[in-house]
Order: sequence, then C-alpha cells, then structure tokens
Amino acid sequence: MAGSGEENLVHMSDGAEGLRSVPALLERNARQFGDSPAYREKEFGIWQSWTWAETAEEIEALALGLINLGVNEGDYIAVIGRNRPSLYWSMVAAQMVGAIPVPLYQDAVAEEMRYVLGHCGARFVIAADQEQVDKVIEIQEDLHQFEHMIYVDPRGLRKYDHTQLHQYSHIQAQGRAAHDELIGELGRRRANPSYDDTCVMLYTSGTTGKPKGVVLSNRNIIESAKSASEFDNLRRDDEVLAYLPMAWVGDFIFSIGQAYWTGFCVNCPESADTLMTDLREIAPTYYFAPPRVFETQLTQIMIRMEDASPTKQKLFHHFMEHARRVGPKILDGEAVSFGDRMKYRLGEFLVYGPLKNAMGFSKVRVGYTAGEAIGPEIFDFYRSLGINLKQLYGQTEASVFITVQPDGEVRSDTVGVPAPGVELKIAENGEVFYRSPGVFVEYYKNAESTADTKDAEGWVATGDAGFIEEGSGHLRIIDRAKDVGKMATGAMFAPKYVENKLKFYPNILEAVVFGAGRDRCTAFINIDLTAVGNWAERNNIAYASYQELAGHPRVLETIQSHIEEVNVSVAEDPMLSGCQVHRFLILHKELDADDGEMTRTRKVRRKVIGEKFEDLVNALYDGSDSVYTETEVTYEDGRKGKISATLQIRDAKVVPVNAKPMAAE
Amino acid sequence: MKDTAGYVTADGRQIGGTLMEMRNITLKFGGVTAISDISFDIHEGEIRAIIGPNGAGKSSMLNIISGFYTPTIGEVWYKGEKRPPMKPFEVARMGVARTFQNIALFEGMTVLDNVMTGRLTHMKSSILSQALWYGKAQQEEMENREIVEKVIDFLEIQRIRKTPVGRLPYGLKKRVELARALAAEPSILLLDEPMAGMNVEEKEDMSRFILDVNDEFGTTICLIEHDMGVVMDLSDRVVVMDYGKKIGDGTPQEVRADQAVIDAYLGVPHE
Repeated sequence: MAGSGEENLVHMSDGAEGLRSVPALLERNARQFGDSPAYREKEFGIWQSWTWAETAEEIEALALGLINLGVNEGDYIAVIGRNRPSLYWSMVAAQMVGAIPVPLYQDAVAEEMRYVLGHCGARFVIAADQEQVDKVIEIQEDLHQFEHMIYVDPRGLRKYDHTQLHQYSHIQAQGRAAHDELIGELGRRRANPSYDDTCVMLYTSGTTGKPKGVVLSNRNIIESAKSASEFDNLRRDDEVLAYLPMAWVGDFIFSIGQAYWTGFCVNCPESADTLMTDLREIAPTYYFAPPRVFETQLTQIMIRMEDASPTKQKLFHHFMEHARRVGPKILDGEAVSFGDRMKYRLGEFLVYGPLKNAMGFSKVRVGYTAGEAIGPEIFDFYRSLGINLKQLYGQTEASVFITVQPDGEVRSDTVGVPAPGVELKIAENGEVFYRSPGVFVEYYKNAESTADTKDAEGWVATGDAGFIEEGSGHLRIIDRAKDVGKMATGAMFAPKYVENKLKFYPNILEAVVFGAGRDRCTAFINIDLTAVGNWAERNNIAYASYQELAGHPRVLETIQSHIEEVNVSVAEDPMLSGCQVHRFLILHKELDADDGEMTRTRKVRRKVIGEKFEDLVNALYDGSDSVYTETEVTYEDGRKGKISATLQIRDAKVVPVNAKPMAAE
Repeated sequence: MKDTAGYVTADGRQIGGTLMEMRNITLKFGGVTAISDISFDIHEGEIRAIIGPNGAGKSSMLNIISGFYTPTIGEVWYKGEKRPPMKPFEVARMGVARTFQNIALFEGMTVLDNVMTGRLTHMKSSILSQALWYGKAQQEEMENREIVEKVIDFLEIQRIRKTPVGRLPYGLKKRVELARALAAEPSILLLDEPMAGMNVEEKEDMSRFILDVNDEFGTTICLIEHDMGVVMDLSDRVVVMDYGKKIGDGTPQEVRADQAVIDAYLGVPHE
C-alpha cells in the first residue's frame, strides 16, 4: 500500500514539476524566492550571505568556467575541503555541466586520495587550499586521467606552476567573460539530465578494505530529501550549520538535497576551531550531529559546571533533576501535573534556557543523531532540556534514511520506524535488509560488491544485525552482522554492544572488545583526555602526556570500576552475558584514522587493531600482568615515529553466569 | 648611494633595490660601546637576519632602526633619504613595525583590540569624534577593522578573536604580536627573536607565517634569531655581529662558510 502511494508521488513530482536534478531545484529556488538567504559563511569575523539568486549566478559562472576549461559530460570532478559555500557550489556546478561530483574527506592523507582519485578517474579536482593542493600534487604522477586543479584560497600558492592549476575566482571570471559564447551549451547540458542519471558519487569510509564508490542517482537524492523533509516538516526559514565532512552522505542530503528541496539556508562556520561560537551565533533550527559531538558538549558543560560557584551548582543540579523527571514527558506531550509544569517553566528561565543558549540549541526544532549508539544518559540530558533530539538509522547506500524516530516516539535504545517509502525485513541470521527509493544504483566499477549487497529485487543488506520490537514496531540494532560471532563456549559474541556500554562513560573514549572464538572477552580501552585530564587536575595528579596519564594506577582503577559496572549490566541479558570483560588494558596511544586504526568517520577497524596490537591481545589471554610494546605512529604531517610503553593488564570482576550455549536452545 | 639594484635569490625570487641603509653606525652608552661602526643595507622584499651571540648588540641595532635609540655616530638612510633623529612613533608612521623579544601586548585587552592598536598610526579622526563614535571615526574604524580581520584570517587566530591576551599561551601571544605589527601594514617589519621559547611545532608555524607574510604582502623583514636552522632556512642574507662589530655579511651559505663567523659564533671545529 505504502509502496504504490509512493510510486504515484514519484511520478507526480517527476512529471509535473520536472525537478529532476539539483540544478533544476536551484533554478526553481532562484525564481520563486530569489531574495531568501541560501548560504552564509563567516569570514573576516562577519557572516557573509548569498541569496538564492546570487547563488544561482555564482554557480552558473563557475559552470561556464568549467565548460571553458574543457569539462565534458560524464567527467568526474573531485571536491576536497571543509564546508564552504564555494565548494557546495562546485558540486552543483559540476552537476550543471553534466559532470559527476565526488566529494572527498579533507583530512584524508595523500595515500588515501590516490586510490579514490585513481578509481573514479577524476579529470578535475576542486580543492580548498594549499594543504589540499599539495596532497594532490604529491600523487599527481599516478593519476593518469587528472588534468586540471582549481583552488579556492590562493594563499601560499602564488609561486606554484600554474599550467594545470587555476584559481576559483579566475575560472568564474572566465566563465562570465565567455557567457554569450557558452550559455547555449550550458543550457543544452542543463536540460539534459534524467531522473536516473548520477547525482553524486560518495566513497564509503570502508571499515574493511578499500573504499567503495556509491553511485546515487538524482532520484535517490531528491526522493529521499523530499520525503524526509516532509516527515519533519522542514521549512524554508530553517537554518542548518554545515560542519560535517562534505564527503559524508548525510551532509550531502542535509546541505544539498534537503536545502535545495525546501530552500532553507546553509551556514558554514569560519573554521573548525570556531565551530562552537558559530553554532551559538547561528542557533540552527535543524541540527545533526554524531553522538560524539553531543558527548563532548555534555562533558564540557559538566566540567565547566564544576568550576561554577556553589549556588549555581546547586541550582543547576536541582533543576536538572526536575528536568530529567518531567522534561522528556513534556516534549512527548504526555500528561504532567500543573505544579511540575510551572517548575519546569521556572527552570527554563533560570537554567535550561541559558544552557541551551550556551550550546547553540536555543532554536532547534529537529535534531538528529546517528552513526553510532548514543548513551541513554546523554540522550536524556538533551531531551530533558526540551531539545527534540531523535535518532535515525541510515547508510550511504540508502541515501541516509532507513529508519527514523517520529516525534513523540523517541527512545535511546531503538532507531525508530521505517522512514517513508522504506520497507524492512530481517533475515534468518538477524541481518537487517531494506528497500526504498533511496537505494543506490551501484558501487562504481565493482559489480561484484554491488551484487553482494543488493539483490535483484532491490533489497539491500545493511550488514547490521537487529530485530523489530514487538508492539512499537521500532527497529533495534545489536551489532554489525559480521562482528556478531560465537565464543569458544558457543555463546553469542556482540563486541559493539559491550563497547557502546563502555563508551557511555565520559572517561572512556574508545573501547575494542575481543573474544570471537575465545573462551572469554577482553578489552582495549582509550581514555578521554579531556575528562580524565580534568579529573587529574582536580586530584593533583601530574602527568606529561597521554601515555603517562593512561598508565596511572588510579586511572586504571577508575576504568576497572567502569568495566565492572558494565559487566553487571551485560550479565542481565541472558543472550549476551558471555560478553563480560574479564581482562583489560589501557592503550598507550589514541586510536587514530591516520594510523589506519579507525575510519575517517571514526569507526573502529577491529581487524586492523587486532593485527597491529597482536602482542597486546596475546598478553590479555596469556595471564601476564604487564606487557612491553612498540608502536609505529603517523604524525599529522605524514612523518612516522615510534612510541614504546609498558602496559599494565588488569582483571575485572565478572558476574557468574551459567553459560548457556546459544545453539543448545 | 651605493648599489641600489636588486638581485635574484637562490630560489628565484626577485629582490628590489635598497630600502634601508645603515651607514657607519656607532652606539655608545656612557663609556660602553654597544655597536661600533657597522654598515649594512636591507633590500626591498628580502628577509634579512641579524645574528650573533648574546650581548653582540643585535637588539640595540633593531632599536636604532625602530627609532628607539639614536646612533651616537652614523646615519640611517630610508627610502633613499637620510632619516633625521626621530621618535619611535614617527618612525612607525613611516612604515616600520616591530615585535618585541619580551612580548609587549595589553594583557587585559582582547586579541582583536590588541591587533586594532596596530592601526593607530593610520587613524586620523580626533579623539572627540572617536569617543562619540560619530562621522569620520565610524567609517575609519570600519575600514581599519576590515584590515585587522584580514590579518586575523591570515594568521589563523579567528578562534581567539575575543579572548583576552592574558589567557593565551606564549606561542599564541607571539602570533598576536605579529598580527598587531602586520595590522600597521608596514613596509619593513622588525622581528626581535620571533621564535624564542617556542617548541618545534610552534617554530614551524611561525616560520611558515613569516614566509607567507613576505610572499603575500611583499613585506621586507628584518629579524633577529638564535635558532640557526631557522635563520639559515628563512633568510636571504645574514648580518653577523660579535661584541658590537660586524664580522660577516652575506647569504646564509656564505656566512656559514666564513671562518671568522665559525670561530666567533658557530664554534671552532676540532680536527
């Protein structure tokens, strides 16, 4: 039923309005509300803004410049840099001339770029600044199809060889100059795209193996953006802050798909360092952040509260207590007594309001978190303040949306109900499958992986194991399907389930749990330097480095107590009680994407870590008290170095359980 | 005038003619001769370093260039003219800006306000109109703020724009000082030990900024520095001083090979 209704909608929007591409949406926006703001960017201390009409002019000038430079239909244009209007325009200009934009992660090292740029055969690269230009030049020799590079910020690039290098503003100027000559050609290309042409190609971060290029069509992007915008009643006067990597599908959907569909304004921060100030100044109404951002913000607030005067602390704790009790209910529209409501109002005036203002959440109507599980305490904290924070579950392959939480049905332990137009099914082994208008076309030049992931009927394997909760119809995710394994005892092993519980403690930044095929579980822990460092300062514990703090006996004690608490909570679930952590160590370095231990979206690469720190894993299982290790690290400028350390290994108390082999049931 | 023609550096940059020339400078404090009979020139667009052991008279030399000291004997020629004895603010108005060995910022003021003080020499409106924020003063402040914001952007200190300087770490204070000097849009920039007390990473950043300033704005830079690696990498030409005398002058390679310099400063090789 839902399916056929969706078909009609697709057909209508396709035929009636002819909005079959992002440039077509741009044209509509410039025509219908050309004076509304489309982009803002803080530069030179002031928010500079561009209306939709101005945006259309800028993009057209660039598109003409690209044709002038020799961009053909079907070319791939890589876009590298932080969120800036000029780079968003680059992507739309590329689409306008019939090329395919490929945004890349700006913090990727040259080596990682070599693969992606070579794989898509990018003829053109649009880079933000000298840093990105340098990386591309470094690998240029291996890129056979590469021809020209355009840069936005000219700083430091004046003396570079400019035979293949062009300044963004010059390309636009050339485009404007050649307007009369090329506008006919641009018009032809603009009229050309079909609903099933490629809109964008996004490389998945790849927890395993090489990144895969996910091809998303105009239909995927526009249909997903449209139904999600309608689901949350997004409006033209909404504001978003674009700060998440441009190479990530979420940013493409929010900052391009939904922004162009509903016509709201995309705000770009001044720099990564000023993000929090910029967030406050903009006060977005529609906000997206991975759990990590919410965690960091909460940690910072708690640290700052500890420095506040005793009166303020009392006031804060008193009203937060009240908010935790009634806040979520008020948000969900449930019955709350008059007295409680009044007290909540007072709290809003005294505590919640100022707090939300300090965090930049004063105006949030819809906030989302996704990507990882979020701690219930963190989730409840934000919701109790009256911030409508919800969870969604999505993938690049689905153009983000698989399930979302509707207003009034928000919980921290589920990821919501199927998004509009999405069908779900659970396979026998627990893996979640979905089918929707957002389902990707293919993995670029990788028919094999495409066939592995997507079947002939359009069902896509998520790779996650989960189940649909009876009654509410909400989806619950347990773990990555391939990570869910068996222990030697036959008990179910779901590492991420345990890791997430561990990571909910502010002191623990990352955790990696081992145990597949073993008789018991063990863990690597990364401490959170902000939280633990602050604690150390308060307790007069001197430390010179991350490594030293990580090895401090009292830190080990604290972490041990956290692990023991988690063991108690894990033991409550009979199916997963075998996953209690018996032994652990605190790693001497932070897990880092530069060392290949995490993906660029900061997901742990379990296998890489297991191999790299094999000596440590062995030590966890051979009963030794400490282990000496040497590790190679990569510095930010690409140089390599070695760090060595002797790590303590500790035993944690576990709750005894009668290990029931899963198969026996 | 002596040779005013420019030259081409080893990495192919074109350097202009003589911008400033020190002729037979001697500086005495009572009976102590801090500088004795030193002559050298600074070309337009070059990075000129002054090096030497402690007490060699480097800072005194910089103070003469900035007008803080008047030489006992000798002349300072600037832009082809002999400079009469001047007060430091008059020299500053002529396009000479500097940073200090011991940071000299207004600790209680924000970074932005500190950098704004660098524009002081360019403000023309009266105290009254500035106080009333009226007419010309308003427009002037906006123009000056724009230049200041460009400098802030250039030195990547946006995030501390509104932070009081007293709360900043040392390395950042040094950068703010450079920002204030740059805000004056100087034609010659004097840096007194810009890297003193910095760690390797901060030194790398600062070196990059100095090169970028020279490259982007074409600012002539005269710097005193102890870190030999930095001096040899950054500068186009080096003056070497020892006990108030000039003992070497030339490109870093020439100076490095000069026996007098090696003996006095870099150490005598033992064979």
